[in-house]
Amino acid sequence: MSSDAMAIRTAEAAGRPWVEILHEWVTTVDHKRLGVLYIVYALVFLVIGGIEAVIIRIQLIRPLNDFVSPQVFNRMFTMHGTTMIFFVAMPVLFGFANYLVPLMVGARDMAFPRLNAFSFWLSAFGGFLLYFSFVGGSGLYGAGNAPDVGWWAYAPLTSRAFSPGHSTDYWTIALLVSGFGSIGTAINLITTILCMRCPGMTLGRMPLLAWLNLVMSGMVLIALTPLSAAQIMLLADRYLGSHFFDTQAGGSATLWMHFFWIFGHPEVYILILPCFAFMSEIIPVFSRKPIFGYPVMVGASVCIGFVSMSVWAHHMFSIGMTSYANAFFTITTLSVGVPTGIKIFNWLGTMWGGRIQFKTPMLFSIAFLFQFLIAGLTGIMLGSAAFNWQLTGSYFVVAHFHYVIVGGILFALFGAFYYWYPKITGKMLSETLGKIHFWLFFIGFHMTFDLMHIPGLLGMPRRIYTYEPGRGWDTWNLLVTIGALIQSIATLVFVANLIISYFKGRDAGNDPWDAWTLEWSVSSPPPEYNFATIPTVASRRPLWDIKHPEDPDSRYE
Amino acid sequence: MSTTTAPITQAPPVWNLPYRGTVGMACLIIAESSIFTIFVVAYLFYVGKSLTGPTPREVLETPIFYTICLLSSSLTIHFAARFLERGKRGGFLGLWLLTIVLGGLFLFGTGMEWHRLIYEHGLTISTNLFGTTYYSLVGLHATHVTVGLLMLTAVLLFGLAGRVVPEQSKRVGVLAMYWHFVDAVWVVVFTVVYVVGR
Amino acid sequence: MAKNGQIEGGAVLGRVLSVLVILAGILFAAQLCLASPADHSQVPSIFDPHSGNADLLYRLSGFVLSITGLIFVVVFTLLVYVVIRFRERPTNAGREPAQVYGSNQIELAWTVIPILIVVVLFLATARVIHAIQDAPEPAEALEVTAIGHQFWWEYRFPALGVVTANELHIPVSDRAHPRPTFLKLLSADTDHSFWVPQLGGKTDLIPNHINRIWFSPQETGLFLGQCAQYCGTQHAKMLLRVSVESEEDFDAWIQAQKEPAIQDEKESAGRRVFETTACLNCHAVGGTNGTGRFGPDLTHLMSRQTIAAGAAENTPANLRLWIQNPDAIKFGSLMPAMKLSDADLDALVRYLETLK
Ligand code: HEA
Ligand code: HEA
Ligand code: HEC
Ligand code: CUA
Ligand SMILES: [Cu+2]
Repeated sequence: MSSDAMAIRTAEAAGRPWVEILHEWVTTVDHKRLGVLYIVYALVFLVIGGIEAVIIRIQLIRPLNDFVSPQVFNRMFTMHGTTMIFFVAMPVLFGFANYLVPLMVGARDMAFPRLNAFSFWLSAFGGFLLYFSFVGGSGLYGAGNAPDVGWWAYAPLTSRAFSPGHSTDYWTIALLVSGFGSIGTAINLITTILCMRCPGMTLGRMPLLAWLNLVMSGMVLIALTPLSAAQIMLLADRYLGSHFFDTQAGGSATLWMHFFWIFGHPEVYILILPCFAFMSEIIPVFSRKPIFGYPVMVGASVCIGFVSMSVWAHHMFSIGMTSYANAFFTITTLSVGVPTGIKIFNWLGTMWGGRIQFKTPMLFSIAFLFQFLIAGLTGIMLGSAAFNWQLTGSYFVVAHFHYVIVGGILFALFGAFYYWYPKITGKMLSETLGKIHFWLFFIGFHMTFDLMHIPGLLGMPRRIYTYEPGRGWDTWNLLVTIGALIQSIATLVFVANLIISYFKGRDAGNDPWDAWTLEWSVSSPPPEYNFATIPTVASRRPLWDIKHPEDPDSRYE
Repeated sequence: MSTTTAPITQAPPVWNLPYRGTVGMACLIIAESSIFTIFVVAYLFYVGKSLTGPTPREVLETPIFYTICLLSSSLTIHFAARFLERGKRGGFLGLWLLTIVLGGLFLFGTGMEWHRLIYEHGLTISTNLFGTTYYSLVGLHATHVTVGLLMLTAVLLFGLAGRVVPEQSKRVGVLAMYWHFVDAVWVVVFTVVYVVGR
Repeated sequence: MAKNGQIEGGAVLGRVLSVLVILAGILFAAQLCLASPADHSQVPSIFDPHSGNADLLYRLSGFVLSITGLIFVVVFTLLVYVVIRFRERPTNAGREPAQVYGSNQIELAWTVIPILIVVVLFLATARVIHAIQDAPEPAEALEVTAIGHQFWWEYRFPALGVVTANELHIPVSDRAHPRPTFLKLLSADTDHSFWVPQLGGKTDLIPNHINRIWFSPQETGLFLGQCAQYCGTQHAKMLLRVSVESEEDFDAWIQAQKEPAIQDEKESAGRRVFETTACLNCHAVGGTNGTGRFGPDLTHLMSRQTIAAGAAENTPANLRLWIQNPDAIKFGSLMPAMKLSDADLDALVRYLETLK
């Protein structure tokens, strides 16, 4: 008590007391601060998950390596996958959504600010719980350990017989808790978008970012909850003696697979839709043209949302479904390519006839287009059930999804960082460091994940802690590992850029990119409650209308 | 170039957006429905797959009375909300209380059924797949009823203290939405467990 | 600003191109590597099919690859063209380009064409799915039951009365004498997956869920693969060896496997060790009282080239090490260290070596 008081007094002498600042951040219900909290939290986990990836890669650098033990390796890929999906990708996207959506629809905050804070802390607690398993995993006795069941945690590997101790429970509860957090955020985003728009902001005039986050949140509601339900069943199996996934008592292992992938597949689109949203904001601004085919873009996104609910079993082509089921899931999976293709073509259409400025955000966006194209096409190969029998469970799949997740999501995110960092902090990120970051990451990425397809085609399964020499996999794995190291250097450059620019960066001003959506109409960083007077809009590009009174968009709508 | 002035060109004549409580609750209901769907699917998937007895046919009795209780509570809460809208405090409190009593009766009914199954038939969650799916599905629903009752009771207490005024009828309406949802789910659970599952 | 834009555009382009050239080179090298694997059975490439069904998959993969490759070339060319043609230049800097909001015809075109492609791909896939999954089992087919265990394979030939482990022998099935092998896939514990790329695609072994897979190998030889569904600690060392043999060799192998274990009285000491320690709780040796099912059948252990599902070569030294401390070879395998005295260990190994 007294020492606290002392601390406050000494700090007061120096400026704002740090306890007070900390207190402000912990108790905040402001959407911008929560957004930043989400983003910082995700960046911390990105580095943790990245270190796990590097451990995986070092172990696989040559055959029969013994850098880590099999158990440690299995924990590493489980933790890497779980961390990256649930504690990097989800929170960082929610962070941007939290920050940007109210600003872009002209609202002063989210619809339920306190629910917003609660959701964040639930997610944060989930991440903490997952990592606490390192010490708490086997209970009070024995050494601690983290879950090692893979991020799908297929039954019956998760039953008490095969996963004694508590590691699996940490995995289950961590995801359950953070899942509730995500559902809260999704409810909040939908409500904000539907109920808090400023006058004139009809659904047809909303920025695409808001639209895509609306679709994404809807998918969270429908698709994340099956995972929660399955986790509840798993907990009941492990602690109440029920038999949902207990194959000894007639339970079904495939039921878990279905439940997991009913969540798991939409989940990957939940992750990519916000990235499509970033692209749909960044590409028009740096091409100096409005988005090509706005209504079609909206329609395609909604369509992707719906179709992606019916493709989950393409992760299960090898489990022995009937030929009809395999054919059905092949056609649904391939159909996703159509609306996704529309989006790619519309972005190209946006750039066509434009005046493309190669600022760092745009570099990342172009790389996104290139890489997402390849990733989508390898997805199509996987989606062909019969071809999939050769590819599933191999490094080809690992290469496919890192191509989408790193080449797509991470690149889009980096683009978003360079684009909105000035708004969030008031400082520009360094373009020089940005370009170094971009090229290093680009090279590292391609070295890692282009080459990773090959061992997959040569028969290398995933999730193996080591492999036999002489199978033709050695050289590829060596190169892949080197690529991963280049990526980590690039990531360090990025983190350095974030920190250095925060202190030394050029002042951004309100509107450094000469952009058109509402967030650029306020100061950087935006004031508390965002808008002194709630704006009124008459078109999709309100700032264009102001800057070009002679030729406003509102004339054509 | 930078500006904080709002780009006013033509203010729309009317700008009406939906009430956020309603939208938020609708979202919650969508999410909850999806959870229930998974449990229902698991129930249907395992119908008749138990390796040992008892089977639903042997032990389940259809809880007609308690079902009527729960479903009629949807009516009472609806009219309670109407009374509040029109400022009739007495009618509101009376019907609200009746809703709670009906919901409570339903929970009591579930409790009695579980008691009978456990002590007379030895059916627990770990007995067989029927026990597993039955207790989890009905239990999940009962949990929702319980949560609903807690919230209803809170409103009742505020009401008795005179804190619930007609201006809040929108919020009360949101709670009523939740209660209707719990009832609707029961219709599904009832059909699945007592009709299809036998 | 204007100048900058041009320099940046050119530099970006140059670098993109150089990276692409490097990539192309790498891919070409990969192609070479794929085309001439040093020893076909050592590199389990999916582009090196040696059975009828693997060949179907190979042809499908070629078709899918060329269509997706074509899409890539078209879209990528567009992308490069747009990036070069419409970059910011000193001549256009500062002027906003014409604001175009969309075009219905174009959008219709790039909806319809992909739909057609999807239909084509689907039909091609459906044909192969049907050909493989719905293939009727011919009367002359060989039936084998494969059971996945943490972390080894059990094979049973119900019609022939043979039980063996880890190394599967099947007959060649050429046009003249078609004799495909039909595997019934079961699991004793967690999920596994059977994958020998050169013989066919993978299918999972799932407890409580019977699956089927078949091969029609066209050539004799040894084909490698491994478990392709994460099944626990030693998933990595759950290797598969399938030996495709001529009709005569296969029949000879079956005959040998049918025999009970050889009773060599010289090694009765080792045999006693085997029968008096826990070995026989987990292992079966035909003709003795060892009937355990938890571990691999050892009746004809010496007919196998490897032990512990391919984790080590089957040599006396490795056997000794394995029994003394399985973790040294396969950390986390479910066989416990047996803690035998050196003398017992030597005797036991000598006994195991008689199990021809
Ligand atoms: C953000 C994430 C993301 C995205 C967007 C995608 C997109 C797609 N994915 Fe991917 N996928 C994952 C993340 C993602 N995936 C992950 C994480 C896994 C593995 C999880 C695990 O096992 O651990 C996985 C695994 C996975 C599998 C299972 C592999 C296996 O385990 O056997 C399959 C199979 O069908 C698949 C297919 C597809 C398809 C068809 C798309 C499509 O959406 C792609 C659509 C895009 C295009 C097709 C390109 C652009 C289109 C055109 C240029 C138009 C013309 C094209 C045509 C007409 C074809 N993915
Ligand atoms: C958001 C999702 C995401 C992201 C970004 C990544 C990023 C990376 N992933 Fe991962 N990965 C998954 C999601 C993701 N992954 C999933 C879901 C699985 C499946 C798990 C399962 O099978 O259950 C998987 C599995 C997986 C495997 C397969 C493991 C196996 O099957 O055995 C491999 C192997 O190479 C791998 C590698 C990498 C690499 C090299 C990166 C790199 O791109 C990472 C680059 C980033 C960094 C390196 C961070 C920066 C680090 C620092 C700044 C600190 C510097 C420190 C040091 C160098 C020590 N990942
Ligand atoms: C608790 C059960 C258990 C006991 C006891 C046991 N084993 Fe094993 N044994 C196994 C299992 C399981 C495997 C397969 C391990 C693997 O490949 O992952 C195995 C594998 C083997 C193998 C390799 C077989 C092959 O085909 O690859 C040999 C040889 C062997 N055991 C010999 C013995 C001997 C000799 C003893 C007694 C001194 C013994 N085992 C006791 C469970 C047991
Ligand atoms: Cu068996 Cu992996
Ligand atoms: Cu998928």
